[in-house]
Amino acid sequence: MTHIQTSASGPALKSDPAAAEWNGPGRKNRAAPQPRGHRENLTGYLFMSPWIAGFLFLIAGPMVFSLYLAFTDYNLFDAPRWVGLQNFTDMFADPRWRQSVKVTSWYVLIGTPIKLAAALAVAMLLAQKRWGQSFYRAAFYAPSLIGASVSAAIVWRALFSDGAVVDRGQQLFGIDAGGWIGDPEMIIYALVGLTVWQFGAPMVIFLAGLKQVPKELYEAAEMDGAGSWRRFWSITLPMISPVLFFNVLLETIHSFQIFASAYIVSNGTCGPGDATLVYTCYLYDQGFANSRMGFASAMAWLLLVAVGLVTAVLFWSQKRWVHYEEDGR
Amino acid sequence: MSRTEATAPRRRLPGSLAWHLGALAILVVILYPVVWTIGASFKPSEDIVGALNLFPTDPITSNYRRLADGIADIPIWRFFLNSAYISVGSVIGVVFSCSLTAYAFTKVRFAGRKIMFTVMVGTLLLPYHVLIIPQYVIFQKLELINTFTPLLIGKFLATDAFFVFLMVQFMRGLPKELDEAARLDGCGHLRIYWSIVMPLCRPALITSAIFTFIQAWNDFMGPLLYLNEPDKYTVSMGLRMFIDQDAVADYGGMIAMSLVALLPVLAFFLAFQRYLIDGMATSGLKG
Repeated sequence: MTHIQTSASGPALKSDPAAAEWNGPGRKNRAAPQPRGHRENLTGYLFMSPWIAGFLFLIAGPMVFSLYLAFTDYNLFDAPRWVGLQNFTDMFADPRWRQSVKVTSWYVLIGTPIKLAAALAVAMLLAQKRWGQSFYRAAFYAPSLIGASVSAAIVWRALFSDGAVVDRGQQLFGIDAGGWIGDPEMIIYALVGLTVWQFGAPMVIFLAGLKQVPKELYEAAEMDGAGSWRRFWSITLPMISPVLFFNVLLETIHSFQIFASAYIVSNGTCGPGDATLVYTCYLYDQGFANSRMGFASAMAWLLLVAVGLVTAVLFWSQKRWVHYEEDGR
Repeated sequence: MSRTEATAPRRRLPGSLAWHLGALAILVVILYPVVWTIGASFKPSEDIVGALNLFPTDPITSNYRRLADGIADIPIWRFFLNSAYISVGSVIGVVFSCSLTAYAFTKVRFAGRKIMFTVMVGTLLLPYHVLIIPQYVIFQKLELINTFTPLLIGKFLATDAFFVFLMVQFMRGLPKELDEAARLDGCGHLRIYWSIVMPLCRPALITSAIFTFIQAWNDFMGPLLYLNEPDKYTVSMGLRMFIDQDAVADYGGMIAMSLVALLPVLAFFLAFQRYLIDGMATSGLKG
């Protein structure tokens, strides 16, 4: 609206600086019904300037740069050398890269569902009003904050190593497997355990969702003779599906990017025998330990594509299983 | 704030006793590693991995006293000071840059706002790892490796989309009448931002501040990439040095330092857990 008004006051304005100046902060504009407009734009951009600078220099620019690097051979010191698709063909031929894809997929596919199931189950427990409920909520949330730290990874290493608590626990059941940390088959489950232990963050989001479900629905269903399992499938799950969607999306993206815990639990080796060589561990190894910045950039772009695909599939699938309230219940 | 009415005390389902037993069982699993760590920090190194008892029969304090000697000639307060510097700097950066951005998105009607908002939300889903290599190259060319700048600059440039989003959600909930009235009284945007919106946004700002502090304190990959002189190391990196030094012999010192490293996080958590948990819940709900 404002834009039309300014241009209506004379096309000469644009070319005549004197007229513009006169018209700018002068009285004529103040009398107009909407004195803001260009000023409002300017304020907006000024307020946004940190974000705009951050986006250009730390996100968009680097992304373009890394896309370019993905097609080059670059060791940080010599100029990047264009190699076309070489990095990508190398990658598919590289058994360690394939291993990292396998480890990461396994971690995402096992860890995310278990973590979310635990979060939902506990949230349903805590949704009932009981004495001490907020204490439990806080206590269950705590690991979500310390779980990402090096401290937690060190403790995990200690708990799951040979002869330690978990090993002894297994021995009680007559399983003598040795520690999980040294076992290439089992160490990944120690990492899964560490992520499941941090179910508190999605739990809190589930709890907020559960509180929004109108209790009349449960009462009506109960009168119709629906059992608790039936009520869970037909009421709880559809009603919290937007929140479930949000959690699935966030946790999946998050799991793809696991680094610190795998790195520390395996003592910086991503082993034993590449058993914890998650994608980002290999990316770090290639980029920063072997100075193959081009190769690592290509890896990063494939990760971006994979995460983008998963996100797209999730968004596409949400039409089938996510019910927003506008759609009717 | 009062969304609690909807919770139904469903009477006929598991009785109170079963509920408390269930909750307690989960609590034991959740807290076990923490309690074990506390106990282990008072055990001699050789008893830490093998012993099954949670608490030492004969508690020692030498693990903590060993921390006073520092790691590889660096006193541990150095690591804490570095971490504190980065964490506090990050908090200041995030609180101001993200709130300015969120204010512009919610209260200023400028052209291109919708597109920028979409882009901003899009960066929420962007894997960080696409950026680490180009950013590293850029900071290397600018000769900023082994300084704290690469770890801090993003915080001052509102690249933490999560917090912008959190603040936008919060500012949308503020009554419009307030800033409209202020504008009629002749207040500019800067004045409205500073005197009206910022004070009202305290809960969202505190949530962001605590999350930022804890994230920055726990961060491992950032310092691993950008810091290469031990006297610049953060607590996370100091812990990592402990493992490198010798893993078997000094388990006790390592566990003790792990615990000490968590103290600021635990203190923040105990003091502000309400804000943290509610902040987490609101950000998820409207997402």
